[in-house]
Amino acid sequence: MRQVLEGSMAVSDGVRMVEPHVISAYPITPQTHIVEHLSKMVADGNLKSEFIMVESEHSAASVVLGASACGVRTYTATASQGLIYMEEVIYNIAGMRLPVVLTVANRALSAPINIWNDMQDAMAIRDTGAIMLVAENNQEAYDMHIQAFKIAENPDVMLPVVVNVDGFVLTHTFEIVETIDSIEKVREYLPPLDMKYKLDVDNPYSFGTLGEPSVYMESRYNLYNAMNLSKKVIVEAAREFKNMFGKFHGALIDTYKMDDANTVIIAMGSVIGTIKDAVDELRESGKKIGVLKIRSFRPFPEDEIVSALRNVENIIVMEKAVSPGKGGILSVEIRDTLYKNKMASINVNGYILGLGGRDITPKNIYDLVVRAEREENVDGKFIGLRRLE
Amino acid sequence: MIKTKFDYDKYLRKNTLPHIWCPGCGDGIILKALLRAIDKCEYPKDDVVVASGIGCASRLPGYVDFNTIHTTHGRALTFATGIKMFKPRLKVIAISGDGDALAIGGNHFIHAARRNIDITMIIFNNYTYGMTGGQYSPTQPLGTYSTTTSFGSIEQPFDACNLAQAAGATWVGRSTSYHAVQLEKFIVSALKHTGFSVLEVITNCHISFGRRNKMKSPVEMVKYQKEKAIPIRSAENMSDEELAGRFKTGIFLENTDKPEFSSEYRKMAETLKTK
Ligand SMILES: Cc1ncc(C[n+]2csc(CCOP(=O)(O)OP(=O)(O)O)c2C)c(N)n1
Ligand code: SF4
Repeated sequence: MRQVLEGSMAVSDGVRMVEPHVISAYPITPQTHIVEHLSKMVADGNLKSEFIMVESEHSAASVVLGASACGVRTYTATASQGLIYMEEVIYNIAGMRLPVVLTVANRALSAPINIWNDMQDAMAIRDTGAIMLVAENNQEAYDMHIQAFKIAENPDVMLPVVVNVDGFVLTHTFEIVETIDSIEKVREYLPPLDMKYKLDVDNPYSFGTLGEPSVYMESRYNLYNAMNLSKKVIVEAAREFKNMFGKFHGALIDTYKMDDANTVIIAMGSVIGTIKDAVDELRESGKKIGVLKIRSFRPFPEDEIVSALRNVENIIVMEKAVSPGKGGILSVEIRDTLYKNKMASINVNGYILGLGGRDITPKNIYDLVVRAEREENVDGKFIGLRRLE
Repeated sequence: MIKTKFDYDKYLRKNTLPHIWCPGCGDGIILKALLRAIDKCEYPKDDVVVASGIGCASRLPGYVDFNTIHTTHGRALTFATGIKMFKPRLKVIAISGDGDALAIGGNHFIHAARRNIDITMIIFNNYTYGMTGGQYSPTQPLGTYSTTTSFGSIEQPFDACNLAQAAGATWVGRSTSYHAVQLEKFIVSALKHTGFSVLEVITNCHISFGRRNKMKSPVEMVKYQKEKAIPIRSAENMSDEELAGRFKTGIFLENTDKPEFSSEYRKMAETLKTK
């Protein structure tokens, strides 16, 4: 069914389709609508889930950890400060190999307090062992949530999946979303969760017990491997989704007008939409420019990036996060990928934009493309700063 | 009587105004009472620290011209503790909403009380998470509605004053944003107390709480405060039935016997130095 949905509704409706047994969350802007919609669905009897209210994000993550360890499908959502407060538990969820799905309505971090969009929150949990997907628009947010559970629950993966949805830009914006009518079809796509290891009185296991030096490293190695194996699973999940529901937004990456491009803009999230519009215009003025969208940030799609960038001369990385003392985060990972694959001669310019909700307009993007033509291997350059008096 | 000519400007950072509070919100009344109380105590502005967490209530420090720190959700007391321990001569005030103080920050609340550290905490209890649009809070009365308790809350609420006393606070009181004169007096008393003082102020959030609980306007909410507040004395002669749905106001506890933590700490440091 085609509907006009707010991003938050698209997310909660996607979550409704997978029928999680347990949902627990703590409110934080701009995630609140997601949880309020879900709470209403449960209250109205449209979703048979346990909706557990808690007193903090730390508790929300702990509740879903506990429930997930019992072998049921679980979901939570947060943003910004809430996410970094959850981080301790996310490490545990990943370490215990529990398939929790978590939405992050991406928002800046304090201080100063700022409720608007960027991706610094997501970057702060980069190394927790959670798979990190990033949605470009409301349709993808809807579809990605259904895929997320399939990826998380794959026996070869068994890791939490974080679905990043830009705060306000997507969560509070209405777009046309084609929702799935048949919950039966979703059940077919995503069979009931069947966990090999779970808390079960008839077949007891322990979770999270002391990992001495003799075993800790192996447990991390297994997690590391599962993350690598998940690449194949993410691709499969996207492909199967396309076959069953007709929608495809890329697998680990997506490309736009890359066939003859000598310049490529790399980014993730909702800004991709603006970049595509700008690229259309730039192409009219004769520039051979394309877009590479990172759909899966963790696992990082090295092979796919390498093959997509084989014939490219210039790369512009645009990111809404920064690593103070170094530069960009995505840009560094792109450079590393190129270097390892003997493609270090490609010129990579990394720019920081849109922190704390600063607008990124098509004009910013034209200007950046012009600027990048003059620059060579710059990194961590802030774009759109106000002139400070 | 409140002097009508009180010069609030002296204590306000006018460049941060207008404030973000909704017209009719009770928080502004508490802000004004706090300024009058500080003025009465004659603390030099630079000796006052106001720390807060996150929420509508917690925006207060941004508007007042003292040393202020607006921190992370639930943690006002921890930052305040650090400040008090390092500079014990400062007057440290912590501002929290009910969620900030008793949900996400509940742990810090009981530990500050247990230590009896010389901080004055003012809890703006509007029974809800005002800032995030009215989700359930740990002080939300049984049976009332919020965006996450569509059929009425079935969770037992905290009584902040009982909790503070049980945990070890040495000054505990409750007033409302309707009883502005009493409120000012109580703040003075709490500020003058040495030890952990907790003042719970029942305040009105018609936007996030009232609308969902048949009190759409600030007037209805203020009436609620006026009608439901029972001074401790009057409550003594009332049955449980008569007290149902009401709350007591007054100073429940003022205990000056229990040692205060930051001074005990200094004492200990001194003894160790002389050893
Ligand atoms: C770690 C974290 N979680 C959640 C939030 C979102 N948040 C901001 S204010 C607030 C609750 C506010 O309620 P309360 O403390 O009662 O204060 P009020 O707004 O009602 O004055 C929440 C949940 C946050 N800022 N940080
Ligand atoms: S939402 Fe409620 S607490 Fe917040 S400013 Fe408005 S009336 Fe006051």
